[in-house]
Amino acid sequence: MTVAASLPRSGTAPTATMGEQIPFDVDHLRADFPILGREVEGRPLVYLDSANTSHKPRCVVEAMEDHYLHHNANVARAMHALGGEATAAFEGGRQQIADFIGAERPEEVIFTKNASEALNLCAHTLGSRVGPGDEIVISVMEHHSNIVPWQLLAERTGATLRWFDVNEDGRLDLVGAASEGLINERTKIVSITYVSNVLGTVNPVSEIVSLAHAVGATVVVDASQAVPQLPVDVTLLGADLVAFTGHKMVGPTGIGVLWGRYDLLAELPPFLGGGEMIEVVTMAGSTFATPPHRFEAGTPPIAQAIGLGTAAGYLSAIGMDAIAAHEQEITAYALDGLKTVPGLRILGPREPVDRGGAVSFTLPDVHPHDVSQLLDSRGIAVRGGHHCARPLHHRFGVQSSTRASFYLYTTKAEIDALVDGLGYTQRFFGGGR
Amino acid sequence: MKVEDLYQEIILDHYRAKHHSGLRDPFDAEVHHVNPTCGDELTLRVRLTDGVVGDVSYEGVGCSISQASTSVMSDLVIGKPPDDGLELHEEFLSMMQSKGVGEPDEDRLEDAIAFAGVARFPARVKCALLGWSAFKDAVLRAGVEQTTKGTS
Repeated sequence: MTVAASLPRSGTAPTATMGEQIPFDVDHLRADFPILGREVEGRPLVYLDSANTSHKPRCVVEAMEDHYLHHNANVARAMHALGGEATAAFEGGRQQIADFIGAERPEEVIFTKNASEALNLCAHTLGSRVGPGDEIVISVMEHHSNIVPWQLLAERTGATLRWFDVNEDGRLDLVGAASEGLINERTKIVSITYVSNVLGTVNPVSEIVSLAHAVGATVVVDASQAVPQLPVDVTLLGADLVAFTGHKMVGPTGIGVLWGRYDLLAELPPFLGGGEMIEVVTMAGSTFATPPHRFEAGTPPIAQAIGLGTAAGYLSAIGMDAIAAHEQEITAYALDGLKTVPGLRILGPREPVDRGGAVSFTLPDVHPHDVSQLLDSRGIAVRGGHHCARPLHHRFGVQSSTRASFYLYTTKAEIDALVDGLGYTQRFFGGGR
Repeated sequence: MKVEDLYQEIILDHYRAKHHSGLRDPFDAEVHHVNPTCGDELTLRVRLTDGVVGDVSYEGVGCSISQASTSVMSDLVIGKPPDDGLELHEEFLSMMQSKGVGEPDEDRLEDAIAFAGVARFPARVKCALLGWSAFKDAVLRAGVEQTTKGTS
């Protein structure tokens, strides 16, 4: 029996196991997440911050615990029994991720420490292909992690950074982009988010891929908010590189993923240098390993890869279609509820069409930090601030916003608690406390 | 720890009607401080006249704690010698770093005593300090030498 096959162990809770489809039942699956049983300020926790990080089902934590307690060793170098088990489990995690995202082969899956590192890897390795006069295209709705690496690359190479604007509904302004010739023969890289972490907008990635590929540009997709909540098939998507992170998809922190088309990865230079990414090292120079190991210098996040593989198995067992449908239903319910709050302004699409489960909003005369503090006093966890997307907030003329974000374990009762909590917040700051 | 302990009525009053708000001329120093974790921003000007802080004027965006704290601070330091204002900054800073233990001097800090509860919400301490830090920076830039101890 391989190590991977022994995972996950079943806990006392009704835990989903791999390869077996179970009907979607939010109350049932909440039992897999012990933290959801917690109280905050004497009230049941209402966790509406899953776009920030998701909670972890017991099977993910147990898979990592089992690795550390019973199979721990370094991978790919230790020639002993534990080394073999650890390597099999680590590479098993890679295979599970490849299956989860529809990669043609596991060698297309690179483990990084998070999505930011994956995007930096793209910017660095693609950097050899751009120079003065070339253009890199992003959008104004990007997370800072998909802005700053490209700004740095543009500064380093003399390339020009350009971006898609958004319209008032929070959709990419494709018409404006076409009329200004945003994507043209000078475009070398297009890097765009699949789902906005602020607006919830689901972008027409395949359409953008077609535009970019028509001019020979390489397409990078930040799928950090997409892979957790939508069925994503990277091969069908058509992009060249796709980045996402583990901790937003019920996996552990400390691990991210970069998927890349194998033939592209095989052409790209190394990113970080060190152990395990080499072929032969002499004092005069080195040759490098083939993908994915070329891009994985040093001891990788072993337990995290095992945990992430288990997370992918957990989500698959529930079914990404079912998770997406639940997310859609909860988001529609939340949009309806939020529209009843006087003066509340939703940033982004107001209807649950091509829209993910993150809803950002402003309340008149109450700062988002005060909103989140008041909600926290009722055990409701949301995020207040610019959500690492300051340019987007600037675009909408606001300094910051409050964001509620949902996931497979979010209930309608939690949305009701949010709407009630916002009423309480308004009374508190309106002088009616 | 109840949320009402954080949001004292004095704080809400100052937030709803900020004192000395707006940017005015003339001034001896202007500073712009931001809180990168939350995005709060504050532009603050200091005018020194006849050996005292003649005016503190400011404009900013931020939460109720940062806005009210700036309002209370301006009330406290206007009309006092700048050295005294810097000492008040030190006392306020100590209160914020006290984690809620110790007795702040109400005669000295006046309305600012209302922020004692903020010290028990570590995530909000930086909000309460934004205006005070900007004031200290502006006074020092205006050429006042710091005689009080402390580094922040």
